[in-house]
Amino acid sequence: MTTAPVGHGTMLRKEDARFIRGRGTYVDDVTLPGMLYGAMLRSPYAHARIASIDISAARAHPKVRAVLTGDTLAGLNLAWMPTLSGDVQAVLATDKVRFQGQEVAFVVAEDRYAARDALELIDVDYEPLPAVIDARQALAEDAPVIRDDLEGRTDNHIFDWETGDKAAADEVFATAEVVSKQDMLYPRVHPAPLETCGAVAHLDKVTGKLTVWTTTQAPHAHRTLYAIVAGLPEHKIRIISPDIGGGFGNKVGIYPGYVCAVVGSIVTGKPVKWMEDRSENLMSTSFARDYHMHGEIASTRDGKILGLRVQVLADHGAFNGTAQPTKFPAGFFGVFTGSYDLTAAHCSVTGVYTNKAPGGVAYACSFRITEAVYLVERLVDVLAFDLGMDPAELRRKNLLRPEQFPYPSRTGWEYDSGDYPRALETALDLAGYAGLRAEQREKRERGELMGIGISFFTEAVGAGPRKHMDILGLGMADGAELRVHPTGKAVLRLSCQSQGQGHETTFAQLVAEQLGIPPDDVDVVHGDTDQTPFGLGTYGSRSTPVSGAVTVMVARKVRERARIVASAMLEVSPDDLEWEKGRWFVRGDQASGRTIQEIALAAHSDLELPEDVEGHLDATCVYNPPNLTYPFGAYVCVVDVDAGTGQVKVRRFVAVDDCGVRINPMIVEGQIHGGLADGIGMALMQVMAFDEDGNHLGGSFMDYLLPTAKECPSWELGETVTPSPHHPIGAKGIGESATVGSPPAVVNAVIDALRPYGVRHADMPLTPAAVWSAVQGRPLRTDLAIT
Amino acid sequence: MIMEITVEVNGSSYTRSVEPRLLLVHFLRDELGLTGTHWGCDTSNCGTCVVWLDDVPVKSCTVLAVMADGHSVRTVEGLEGADGLDPVQQGFMACHGLQCGFCTPGMLMTARWLIDHNPAPSEADIREAISGQLCRCTGYENIVRSVRWAAEHEAGLRERTVEDAGTEVQA
Ligand code: FES
Ligand code: FES
Repeated sequence: MTTAPVGHGTMLRKEDARFIRGRGTYVDDVTLPGMLYGAMLRSPYAHARIASIDISAARAHPKVRAVLTGDTLAGLNLAWMPTLSGDVQAVLATDKVRFQGQEVAFVVAEDRYAARDALELIDVDYEPLPAVIDARQALAEDAPVIRDDLEGRTDNHIFDWETGDKAAADEVFATAEVVSKQDMLYPRVHPAPLETCGAVAHLDKVTGKLTVWTTTQAPHAHRTLYAIVAGLPEHKIRIISPDIGGGFGNKVGIYPGYVCAVVGSIVTGKPVKWMEDRSENLMSTSFARDYHMHGEIASTRDGKILGLRVQVLADHGAFNGTAQPTKFPAGFFGVFTGSYDLTAAHCSVTGVYTNKAPGGVAYACSFRITEAVYLVERLVDVLAFDLGMDPAELRRKNLLRPEQFPYPSRTGWEYDSGDYPRALETALDLAGYAGLRAEQREKRERGELMGIGISFFTEAVGAGPRKHMDILGLGMADGAELRVHPTGKAVLRLSCQSQGQGHETTFAQLVAEQLGIPPDDVDVVHGDTDQTPFGLGTYGSRSTPVSGAVTVMVARKVRERARIVASAMLEVSPDDLEWEKGRWFVRGDQASGRTIQEIALAAHSDLELPEDVEGHLDATCVYNPPNLTYPFGAYVCVVDVDAGTGQVKVRRFVAVDDCGVRINPMIVEGQIHGGLADGIGMALMQVMAFDEDGNHLGGSFMDYLLPTAKECPSWELGETVTPSPHHPIGAKGIGESATVGSPPAVVNAVIDALRPYGVRHADMPLTPAAVWSAVQGRPLRTDLAIT
Repeated sequence: MIMEITVEVNGSSYTRSVEPRLLLVHFLRDELGLTGTHWGCDTSNCGTCVVWLDDVPVKSCTVLAVMADGHSVRTVEGLEGADGLDPVQQGFMACHGLQCGFCTPGMLMTARWLIDHNPAPSEADIREAISGQLCRCTGYENIVRSVRWAAEHEAGLRERTVEDAGTEVQA
């Protein structure tokens, strides 16, 4: 008998072997014979009417093969395409441009440089229009109407959405002893994966097959959308999402450049590659946040939180292109009651159009839980400030208790499992909280600014139950297929796809754990719609909760199939068999077992099988999650602020995460590290600012500042494990937790440091200038630009 | 205008006719098919394009191919030797120093240079060395550990190669 191999646990990644050799295949690494290159002409204006476009000079360029404009596309009925929120978006502008960087014309040429040269030869006559840049002005009487392409449209209003019980909340607030209020902006940011977006499209005229190698987090959804948008038969479309250089939500939607590459290939009969540059990525692809929030929190004088009231103005840009389940126009912002036990809550969200790039749900935000967690965690600290209470103590007093789970929230969510006090205490212990406060007192006496910030977050990930959650009518369930070859090696085909999460390793581990074969014996196929079953993709931390679940289920199905084969081999009833990792054996007779490898061979052999068993060892499954999973965590951040310059230095960051059962702890920790760096970036550095004409002031890495190794401390991690009761192995998903949970910890720490100046709130990003303004009594980011 | 250039890349000599404006990163990727060197920004900020030009790390998006005429270039593809993976490659595998892998080639080239010039780099030395490069996935922690691993390995403090460690699962 061999020792049973282990599936779950730290294991080095299989995919690394190619990456460390420079042998990954990213979209821009794909080269096809005869391939042409596309380049996009973009609008220099935020809002302008297009009087005319002259492409004759570009067409005459010797290396140019095609020039596409909105008119060309209109002829193919492709000038507009549906967005993920049921709006429409211009592929190439026909009537007007509605944001700076909007796509106007597309050149296909023989090489990259020539395509760029030809852009200069296109002459567009623009008639500039007044622009709506500040969302707070979007609904003003005299605001220019951005979407006059939509019939009957007379304003910039997109939607009103509300959740919770307004009457109950109002009643709580009317009688509460303490009410604290705060306005806050979660500024527009961009996920900026290191690889920009792009595609190589190839229409084979003979077979009629369209193959698109593209930076997508959701290859199957893209295939269906291309079928709808381009009117192509879906079985003739193959989407390949090869190695992807980071996604973070930026690569969920379909961008005009992809569609133009496809049309370019149709028109020229050649493969066409389009890769955007960094400025194009920052200026035109899916941004995140841009939530103007007003929050109110009610409590008793001794700090029992009673209720929350929130109003949000959501800036969705020029087209409503947020990626989120259809019934959730504000994403999952509805979980804004966070981790606290309260009596009543209400929130309303109004979405508006502005002359800025479309998008809105991106950047590891778990469908806007980032904004929700920031809001409630800032409000709790504001309340602590007003009550003169320690923020850790205030949280202790109000966190949900373990016996309240499964917890039905005041806004209709059912939190699956949690032990919040344990996570908080673990984090406070790791940080040495009492000691830090003592150090802070000493420092304050010396006039030094040190801050300690806490945040506690609850996430809701793994969308989602098909009944409630779909994207453009596609239910958010995932398929998987597992095949065990005659020699006992296996191939798992997954609908979701990796942008660095390490699926080739963790999903092999999931199968390994269920079948008792080494993870190295399981090959994971993903990111190719011709090779994998349907599913909605990798975003919203849904791989482990949804595709992970279906993987376990399909492996268990194969295991049950193996049981029947083993029963035929051993000539006993399946009921008499018992499983241990890697083999079925006859109960009471350990030596009688058959390994999975032996069973696999037998399943493909001449063995006589029961009537209803077809032979071979494989299975397919679709998993429709009964609920979301709810990871949570407690973070403590320690900062030092230079009183002279306003410079913030993050000295320590303690993160205790509970994502249920961890499949590969090394990979989990790596994802947490990345998210914590995001938090420092958003809290202190990153913002997509605009001037009043709509000029983008964050269109390159010179202006859009991302954290480097020098801004990040050495992360200190801890964990608790509270399994999800409904996920087959109790796992919850971790990809976005740290990005969601860390910004408020950093901001709370900075505000805590500024306590001697009486600062109660200041808007992100807390650049030296912003800290300085806050100290001067100007905490809100009323300006749109960085100053 | 077209210019003929000869560049030694990872020990082999290549002669090509190129436009003077061709960036070294595009020369390596598109002309030579060495796609391990990546491209991630327009402003010399991200460092995913780092290669060595005559033994000094440079951002190949900021060097013209013609400037490399008569010089030698080393890329990530040139790290692995006859005796196996370079210790920095092993370190990144052993310490989970990469996720999407896009920044990795540039990080590896800088790490190799750092250890050549400073065999026992401190955490601060490593952070300083890679501070001109971005990673969006790892939060840098494991990159720092990876570089340390490589330095310790070269100093003889670690015996096992990452291949020995393999992909076994530690429960
Ligand atoms: S590509 Fe970004 S620094 Fe060279
Ligand atoms: S591993 Fe993805 S950018 Fe560094």
